[in-house]
Amino acid sequence: MKDKLVLVGNGMAGMRALEELFKHNTTDDKGSDQYDVTVIGAEPHPNYNRIMLSPVLAGEQIIDDIILNSREWYEENNIELITGDAAVEISRVKKSVITESGKEFPYDRLLIATGSNPFIIPIPGADKEGVLGFRDIHDVDVMVQAAKDHKKAVVIGGGLLGLEAANGLMKQGMDVTVVHLLDSLMERQLDKPASSLLKSSLEERGMTFLMETSTAEILGDKRVTSVKFADGSEIDADLVVMAVGIRPNLELAKKAGIHCERGIVVNDTMQTFDPVIYSVGECVQHRNECYGLVAPLFEQAKVAANHLAHVGSTRYIGSMTSTKLKVTGIDLFSAGEFNEQEGDEVLQIQDVASGVYKKLVLKDNVIKGAVMFGDTMDGTWYFSLMRDATNIADFRKTILFGQHDLGDAGHGESTMVMSLPDDAEICGCNGVTKGDIVQAISKNGIFTLDEVRAHTKASSSCGSCTGLVESILASTVGEGYDATPSKKAVCKCTDHCHDDVINAIKEHELKTMPAVREFLEWKTPDGCAACRPALNYYLMAHWPEDYKDDLQSRFINERAHGNIQKDGTYSVVPRMFGGLVKPDELRAIADVCDKFDVPEMKVTGGQRIDMFGIKKEDLPAMWKDLSDAGFVSGHAYGKAMRTVKTCAGKTWCRFGTQNSTGLGVKLEELTWGSYMQHKYKLAVSGCPRNCAEATIKDFGVVCVDSGYELHIGGNGGIKVRVTDLLCKVETEEEVIEYCAAFTQKYREEAHYLERTAPWVERVGLTYIKDCIVDDEKERLALAERFKISQKISQVDPWKARAEGQDAHEFTQLKIAG
Amino acid sequence: MSNWSEVVALEEIPQLGSRVVKTDTMNIAVFRTASDEIFAMKDECPHKKGPLSQGIVHGTSVTCPLHNWRIDLTSGEALGPDEGCTNVFPVKVENGMVFIDLKVVQTA
Ligand SMILES: Cc1cc2nc3c(=O)[nH]c(=O)nc-3n(C[C@H](O)[C@H](O)[C@H](O)COP(=O)(O)OP(=O)(O)OC[C@H]3O[C@@H](n4cnc5c(N)ncnc54)[C@H](O)[C@@H]3O)c2cc1C
Ligand code: SF4
Ligand code: SF4
Ligand code: FES
Repeated sequence: MKDKLVLVGNGMAGMRALEELFKHNTTDDKGSDQYDVTVIGAEPHPNYNRIMLSPVLAGEQIIDDIILNSREWYEENNIELITGDAAVEISRVKKSVITESGKEFPYDRLLIATGSNPFIIPIPGADKEGVLGFRDIHDVDVMVQAAKDHKKAVVIGGGLLGLEAANGLMKQGMDVTVVHLLDSLMERQLDKPASSLLKSSLEERGMTFLMETSTAEILGDKRVTSVKFADGSEIDADLVVMAVGIRPNLELAKKAGIHCERGIVVNDTMQTFDPVIYSVGECVQHRNECYGLVAPLFEQAKVAANHLAHVGSTRYIGSMTSTKLKVTGIDLFSAGEFNEQEGDEVLQIQDVASGVYKKLVLKDNVIKGAVMFGDTMDGTWYFSLMRDATNIADFRKTILFGQHDLGDAGHGESTMVMSLPDDAEICGCNGVTKGDIVQAISKNGIFTLDEVRAHTKASSSCGSCTGLVESILASTVGEGYDATPSKKAVCKCTDHCHDDVINAIKEHELKTMPAVREFLEWKTPDGCAACRPALNYYLMAHWPEDYKDDLQSRFINERAHGNIQKDGTYSVVPRMFGGLVKPDELRAIADVCDKFDVPEMKVTGGQRIDMFGIKKEDLPAMWKDLSDAGFVSGHAYGKAMRTVKTCAGKTWCRFGTQNSTGLGVKLEELTWGSYMQHKYKLAVSGCPRNCAEATIKDFGVVCVDSGYELHIGGNGGIKVRVTDLLCKVETEEEVIEYCAAFTQKYREEAHYLERTAPWVERVGLTYIKDCIVDDEKERLALAERFKISQKISQVDPWKARAEGQDAHEFTQLKIAG
Repeated sequence: MSNWSEVVALEEIPQLGSRVVKTDTMNIAVFRTASDEIFAMKDECPHKKGPLSQGIVHGTSVTCPLHNWRIDLTSGEALGPDEGCTNVFPVKVENGMVFIDLKVVQTA
C-alpha cells in the first residue's frame, strides 16, 4: 500500500512540488510511485500560470494559453483532483483534511500550498460590489466584464501588481487612475530616478496618477460609485482594484494549531512544526522571509519534493530574486539592494532623451543591486554576476555599456533576441528556431533552461546558444523564468553545483566516483551522460596519481581517441609540435593515407593535418604506422590541450623579436597530453603583428623586444573573446612556469565544459593575477602540481592502443544471419 | 522457434559499456549495465541513426553520442520528451556467454 499524500492548494508552488516528486520515480509508473496523491483546490480550475493573468487581462493571451496542467494530466498521473471545494479543516489527530462540502481525505503526509490573499484595506465600503483584488481567474473575469459595462477604474497601489492591473484595464478600454500612498512608484523595486521614468512613460500611455494619496472610503449604494481620499477629495469609480500587498493564506494551518507568524513557519526542509506536514509557496515563512515571486517558490518545491521522496537532504537556504514588470513595451529590471548604503559605490548612466537609466550598486567591486529602465538587455548578466559575487574590477569602466562591450562580439546577439523573427535559428547544432522555442515554452508551461533543452534540444549540444535560449525564456515567461536559482546543479542526478563537487573532492579526499556520489547523495546509482564525464575529469585533475581514468565515463571521442563524424567514421590528427614538420614525417603521413584509403585530408587551423573517414577498426593499425614514424596523438578529439600555433618568428621573419616557433615547441612539449574541462589552445606570435592570433587563445604569448607578453582567456569560435593581458615576463623559463601555473589553475578550478574565457569572466582577472603573478609561492606550487599530473598523462594513447590496449573498443564481433 | 546464437563472453563487454555485433543485415549494439544486465538493440538511434553503441550507458539507458537522446535499453524507446523507438532483440547469458535470438533479428 502506498502512503497518502494530500496537497491543499492547487496552485503554482504546490503543483510544482508534485511534478518534482514524480521525477523521483524509480519505476515507469505515471504519477508518484510512493504516494497516492489527492489535490484539493478552492478554485474551479486546474493549475494555471498565475503570472500570466496580467497578459490575459491585457488581452494578449487567453486562459487556455496559461493552463499548466490540464485535467487529463491529473488523470494520467493518477491524481485525485478536487476543484471548487476549499479545505476548511485539518484534523492532525485523525490525520485528515475536511472540505467545505464535507468530504474527508485522510493523509500520511500533507502539503499545504495555499498561496496568499490580496490585502483588502479595511476602510468603509471595501465590501461593495466592484471592489476586488487581482489574484485569480475569477478576478480577471470580473474586471473584463466590468470593462464592458463601465468606464472608470481606480487601482489602489502603485507596485508591480497594481501597475500590471492598471495597464490591463487600460487595454480593456477603461480610464485608469492609480492611487499610491508614497511619492514614487514601485518603491520596493526601483530607486527614484527609475521610478519617475516609469511614471512618465505610463502617463504617456494615458494612465493617471494620484501620488502621496491615501484612500479613506469607498462610496456607492450596492456598487462602488466613487472613492474618497484622506484629504477629502473624491473621484468617480465603477471599479476599484486593491493591489496594496498580499497576506500569506494561513487560516487553515493556524486553525489546526500549526505554528504561524507572518506565514506558516517552516524549516530548511520545508516542514512545519508538525513534521508530517510540509508547506511551500507564498503562504510560507522561511528564515523570516516570505516570498512573492515564483522562482524562490520553485526552489522550495524542489526541496520539499526531495524530502517527500526520501532522496538526499537538500536544504532550502533562501533565494535572491529579481523583478521585471510585465507591461509590453516597458523595459524595467531590478534586483538586490538597489539603494546604496554607506560605503557602497554607485555606477550610473542616465540618458533622459532616449529614456534609458541604469544603476549598479557595488560593494568592494561586487554587485549588490541593479536597477535598469529602458534598456534591460543586460539584466540577466548583471544578475548572474551578482549571484556569483564576481569581482568586476577589471571591467568596471565598461560594465554599464553591457556585456557586448566586453570585447565579446558574440554576446551582442543575445541582447537582440526579442527583435529576432520567429524563423531565426537559435541552436545551430540541432536546428531549433526561435519560434520552436517560444512555442515549446508556452505550450508546455516551461520555466527552466533544462526543460527547454528537454523539449526542443536547443542548447543541449555544444551549449554556446545557452545565453540566447535564456533570453528567450526570460522574454517569453517574464519573471516566472527560473534561470536564477541560487546555484546551478551539475545535472538532474544531483542538486549540487560544480563548485560543491570540486570542493567535496578536494576537502574530503574523495578519490572514486562512487565515493563522490555517495558523499553528495546522488539520486542515480551510476550518474548520467552529463555528470559522469565531469566527475571523471575532476577526480583525474585532483588525484592524478591515485585515480584511474574511467573509460566508460568518457565521451566516445575520448574513448576512441578520434573525432566521431556524422557517418560514424573517425578522423585522425597527429600532433605536429609548434606546427613544424619534416619531409620524412610528411612522407609517412602520405603513405598512411594511401595504405588506409583515406578519402580526404585537410590542413587544420591549428597547423597540422587532419585525415578523415577512417573506419573505427582501422584506427589501431593506422596509429601504429604513425607512431613508428614518431607521431603522437594530437588530441584533436578531446577536452584537452589541442595545439600551439606559432608564427615564423625571428629565425625567418624580418619583424621577429624572439624565437616564437622554438618557444611554441617548448610549450607544446610542456602541455601535450593534458586533459582539461574543455579544449585548450595556445599560440606564440613573434612580434605584436600577432600572425599566430595569440590574443584569441586560452593562453597566448606575444613576443616583444624586451620579453614576452602573456595573454589569457581568449576564444575563437562562436563567441569571439579577446584575451586579457596577464603580465609581461623576460625569459622563456618564466613563460613556461607561468604557462604551467595558469593551466593548472584552470584545470583545478573551472567547471567541466567551461572554457577559459567564461571562467576568467566569472572569477575575474584580478583573482587570477593575484594568484599567478603576485603570489610566487602559489605559482610555483601550481606549476609543480601540473608537472606531477603531466608525468602521468603524457602517455601517447595511440601508441598504447596500437600495442593492444582497449582492443575490445576497436574490434567488431561478427555473426552470420 | 528461436535461434540463439552465441556472440561474446560477458566479460568481454565492459561494464557500463557495449560491443558491436555485425550481422548480414545490420549492426547490433550489445550493452552491459553496472549490474551485469545485458541488452541488445539495433545500433541506430531513432533520431538520426547515431551509433548508440558509442554512447554513455547509465542505469538501464544509453545516451546517444550525436545529439544526446536518451534511449531505454529495455524497450528501445526514446526517454523524456523525445519520441522514437529502435528494435530491441532478445538476449540471454548462459555459462558466461551472451546469446542473441537471431530469429527476431532476421524478421526485424
Ligand atoms: C497578476 C499576477 C501577476 C504576477 N506576476 C508575477 C511575476 O511576473 N513574476 C513572479 O515571479 N510572480 C508573479 N506573481 C506571483 C506568483 O503568481 C505567485 O508568487 C505564485 O503564484 C504563488 O504560488 P503559490 O502556489 O504559493 O500560490 P497560488 O498560485 O496562489 O496557489 C494557491 C492556491 O491555493 C488555493 N487555496 C487557498 N486556500 C485553499 C484552501 N483552503 N483549500 C483549497 N485550496 C486553497 C488557492 O485558490 C490557489 O489556487 C504574480 C501574481 C499575480 C496575481
Ligand atoms: S550552441 Fe551548439 S547546441 Fe546550440 S547551436 Fe550552437 S553549436 Fe549548437
Ligand atoms: S607575428 Fe611578427 S614575427 Fe611573427 S610572423 Fe608575424 S610579423 Fe613575423
Ligand atoms: S542520432 Fe541519436 S540523438 Fe540524434
